[in-house]
Amino acid sequence: MELPRDPYGDLVRSGPGAAAARRLGLPVPARLRRYAPGQELLTGPALVLRVGAAPLAADVAAWLAAAGARVLDDLDAAGGERLGAVVVDASAARRVPDLARLRELLAPAFRCTAHGGRVLVLGAVPAEAGVPGAGPDGEPGEGFGEGFGDVEGRSVQQALDGLVRTLGKEARGGTTVNLLRVAAGAGAALRSPLEFLLSARAAFVSGQPLLVGPAPAPPPARGRRVVVVTGAARGIGAAIAEVAARDGAHVVCADVAAAGEQLARVANRVRGSALPLDVTAEGAPRALAEHLRRRFGGADAVVHNAGVTRDRSFVNLDESAWDTVLGVNLAAPLRLTAELLRTDGALAPGARFVCLSSINGLAGAKGQANYAASKAGLVGLVQALAEPLARRGMAANAVAPGFIETPMTAAMPPLPREVGRRASSLQQGGLPVDVAEVVAWLASPGAAGVDGQVLRVDGQHLTGA
Amino acid sequence: MTAAPPPSRAARAVRPVAVVAGNRTPFAKAGGRYAQASAKDLLVAAVDGLVARTGLAGERLGEVVAGAVLKHSRDLNLTREAVLSTALDPATPAYDVSRACATGLETAVLLAGKIALGQVEAGIAGGADSASDAPVAVDEGLRRVLLALNRARTPGARLKALAGLRPGQVVPEFPRNAEARTGLSMGEHAARTAAHWGVSRQAQDELALASHRNLAAAYERGFFDDLLTPYLGLRRDALLRPDTTAEKLAALEPVFGRDLEVPATMTAGNSTPLTDGAAAVLLSTDEWAAERGLDVLAHLVDAQTAAVDHVHRGEGLLTAPVHAVPVLLRRNGLTLDDLDLVEVHEAFASTVLATLAAWEDEEFCRERLGLDGPLGTVDRARLNVAGSSLATGHPFAATGARILATTAKLLAERGGGRALISICAAGGQGIVALVEA
Repeated sequence: MELPRDPYGDLVRSGPGAAAARRLGLPVPARLRRYAPGQELLTGPALVLRVGAAPLAADVAAWLAAAGARVLDDLDAAGGERLGAVVVDASAARRVPDLARLRELLAPAFRCTAHGGRVLVLGAVPAEAGVPGAGPDGEPGEGFGEGFGDVEGRSVQQALDGLVRTLGKEARGGTTVNLLRVAAGAGAALRSPLEFLLSARAAFVSGQPLLVGPAPAPPPARGRRVVVVTGAARGIGAAIAEVAARDGAHVVCADVAAAGEQLARVANRVRGSALPLDVTAEGAPRALAEHLRRRFGGADAVVHNAGVTRDRSFVNLDESAWDTVLGVNLAAPLRLTAELLRTDGALAPGARFVCLSSINGLAGAKGQANYAASKAGLVGLVQALAEPLARRGMAANAVAPGFIETPMTAAMPPLPREVGRRASSLQQGGLPVDVAEVVAWLASPGAAGVDGQVLRVDGQHLTGA
Repeated sequence: MTAAPPPSRAARAVRPVAVVAGNRTPFAKAGGRYAQASAKDLLVAAVDGLVARTGLAGERLGEVVAGAVLKHSRDLNLTREAVLSTALDPATPAYDVSRACATGLETAVLLAGKIALGQVEAGIAGGADSASDAPVAVDEGLRRVLLALNRARTPGARLKALAGLRPGQVVPEFPRNAEARTGLSMGEHAARTAAHWGVSRQAQDELALASHRNLAAAYERGFFDDLLTPYLGLRRDALLRPDTTAEKLAALEPVFGRDLEVPATMTAGNSTPLTDGAAAVLLSTDEWAAERGLDVLAHLVDAQTAAVDHVHRGEGLLTAPVHAVPVLLRRNGLTLDDLDLVEVHEAFASTVLATLAAWEDEEFCRERLGLDGPLGTVDRARLNVAGSSLATGHPFAATGARILATTAKLLAERGGGRALISICAAGGQGIVALVEA
């Protein structure tokens, strides 16, 4: 795919350019480490820090060691080597002094992260932390009586959110900082999210909280996984198809018949199959459901990626621009999902849905009332589906990409494009593959404990952050 | 390959041949959108679209059979070279076939034979032609001089060879749509047949109009969404005129048969122009399709070829299918009434109408076809219901695969039935086939 160039980024990463940029205090975007098969999980040793009882730390250390990482429990043991990852188990933190302990442990380590390092804070789910007696010491918080629950415990867990978002902004060298909120009973479901967020696959995810809960019982193993991607002919959809195929799936690449030439190219490249499908067509839900049932005996994951924009200020938006955007971006995923769930055999056990939302849907964007409404609607879609799907052993999640280098952003006027690129903690636009990695992971069985979540893939963009 | 021991020769039965899927490029008028694309480019596009839709990237098929009518000498291995450029496993064998306009269906019949006999489990048949990228040859005299020069080993011999050069030899030879033995163009031949059967101008224009309307309607209902992959930005057949009318067609000047005693009737509107495009169909055993979750559209049941003597006996150049169809029907115990769909390639509207007229003519059927009476009447409501070559255009070698795929899908769509395909070809040949679902 032809991507827009980033001349500023190239300049300030060059020798003389870098010196000038440093002196002028200009942003110098780091070159992000991205995934390649066979790659080491981390670029240096992993330091596992414990705040209080830290009930997750032992498993985390064991998993990291199994993934080939050198695991340390003391910064001194690093012997000056830069840290590939710092994982802090703060899931038992309930009291304000726990935060002080966290600062004491993390601050020196934060200084020592390697280029492309990872900082991951493990917290509890704030609502669960507020349940009285849920904390490790079984005590309610200071100063509140009967009926209030552990107000301090919940406050402390919410404090982690602000802390992580700040560290994301302060991190340098492509280091990312995220918060994994681990629900009670999540157990081994934590392993895949932990490894994913520490890996190069999550290069453009920073400053984000993500909740992981207990995973439903794993479905019986089938053959090759089948992943459907709508809007797969180009851009992010094509990248999702590539990554899902790289991870072993047969990808059903769906797009409008008019995009058939590019679609065929993508489908053949990923050794998947091309499905001409206008998601807004009356018969589309039935056609897709029947195709998946008859051809594959059900899909393991469905990625609602097809989307369009028709930008105009709200007062100038006509009916057609409104209906087109809401029709493709929101009504179609709703209808398709409903039909797939209704049709026996259209979905495999444990099927997972992933919707492509947008940070503009979370924060709003001038001239995109229709687009923002549709993308926010998708957040509602996955939230509404989360519980009913969990009861069936399925899940739905959304990703919200930020500024991504696609043909669409390449067409932006230069100044807004440059501002869009730099206005994130990682100070650069993401690549389609960055979004694709997150989508493919959410679509994978490893993400079984993740349901009803919206994960931003935006390098911690300032928009709505 | 299965580990099971092969069945004994006697036990090997003839197997049904499934038409699983089809794909083609939209067709373009020569010199139009595909002016820069070669027949190989077009064939690759058609096969790759088929491979994508059926999810066969990286698979090794038993055979890819295709051909082109307008063929460059460099394209002696056209199909194999095309396969190497597709997403198929490069270890997929391939070969070229040529039977003029019957090529696309002949490839399917050949492949079907291999499948039926257990030699191949699945393969792709088809064809491509680029009238835009047609081969241009040097003058015959110049060619002989150049060959002699190539053979010459001494300076003297080379000079002697060069002495054969003549100024007139610089004019290249463009391929002509003309019969080798009569020198008449195909249109002129068709005009003679039309005159013989008294095919009216109005009937021809009506058939052309129906072709455009049927094709346009099929596009409108999305019929071609899974039979066609856009190519070089073209999404529909460039020749399709959804808004054409009887009046517009009636206003066109005749172009063929102007030297005959009867008024000329054949125009650019009721004749196919030179066209670029490619088409491919996937054939397999039922089991092979089922293993991949691919639905079978229809089965290619039987086929028959025939030839007429247009040189000595004055038979209509494009009337060989008139002779082939009764043979095919009799072998299968069928009559025209048993057919739910009839696809007669519209080389010219008059060809279709002359064919139908011949089957209705008692004397002709008795004397020339050896039947007891007229073969019968083709119900026009069953004829070329999704449009045919007058509206799509006619890239010679691609037409057979286009019609086979369209027919198979039409049958699948109506939940079963029986269809006849009839294609005439240069050289006084024709091929017809029976498709059932």
